[in-house]
Amino acid sequence: MSNRRSRQSAGVSRITDDQIIELVSKLQQLLPEIRNNRRSNKVSASKVLQETCNYVRSLHKEVDDLSERLSQLLATIDAESPEASIIRSLIM
Amino acid sequence: MASTLISNPVANSSDRARESSKKKKKRRSQSARDQSANTTQSRIAIPWKSEAQQQAYSSKLLQAIRQVRLGSSAPAAPRRRGGAVREAADRVLAAAAKGRTRWSRAILTNRLKIKFMKNRRQRVAVTASSRLKKPRVSILRLKCKNLSTVQRKARVLGRLVPGCRKQSLPVVLEEVTDYIPALEMQIRAMAALAELLSGSASGSSSVSQLGASRPSFS
Repeated sequence: MSNRRSRQSAGVSRITDDQIIELVSKLQQLLPEIRNNRRSNKVSASKVLQETCNYVRSLHKEVDDLSERLSQLLATIDAESPEASIIRSLIM
Repeated sequence: MASTLISNPVANSSDRARESSKKKKKRRSQSARDQSANTTQSRIAIPWKSEAQQQAYSSKLLQAIRQVRLGSSAPAAPRRRGGAVREAADRVLAAAAKGRTRWSRAILTNRLKIKFMKNRRQRVAVTASSRLKKPRVSILRLKCKNLSTVQRKARVLGRLVPGCRKQSLPVVLEEVTDYIPALEMQIRAMAALAELLSGSASGSSSVSQLGASRPSFS
């Protein structure tokens, strides 16, 4: 009953609940937060989604911070310095 | 049932033909579904965790970042340039995904859209934000009340993954399953690059560091 209702409201006709469960469990393995505490091997789907949101946000934040850092680093390196030649050799 | 039995001798051959064609169609759709399942399988198969992938990404990233730097010959505000580096990093990441996933295509197309809309959006924001903001929020809140917690969270997640804003739950799940390792690889590569650059400033670095991964993610 609840299965049918959730499927209807999601507007998904061809994809079964099994497939969603499989996707969620696959996703679960990517999350360090859940992967690390082994004792609770049964985690609800909403918990997995919540953790996924948190994790993606933290990853985005980290990318932002690293972008900031890289742009600062690049600004300090002079184009004619030996460091620049190292970079150039990496690119070539 | 009876009518089909009666009409059977007359329309026997055509019926059979129809049935066989139906079967064929069924089989075809079945095989198409199998194929699509296969493609989703292969779509996920970009090896984000491999060293080679990270190395390729690193060198492309370096190239792109250098172009960012060359492009901003006028001294831009530092915050803005961090954004430019991020944009370049995301773009290279999306290119590495080879357009197989929705999120990567979204990153690549978004960039064009932003470029195109830049002037217009500011004008719209000024005129429309004060009027539109309030009702839109309340409508969203009403909608959210009717959804289950799982779907509400799936929606939040869809907003976090590029190109998944209005996708169904399975699509979002599939995309995020590919997106997370890609982001992790991006972070590893950028961290290694930052390490290399800051190390080279103090003169104690080697080129081989570029491919070295941070173990915390694997």
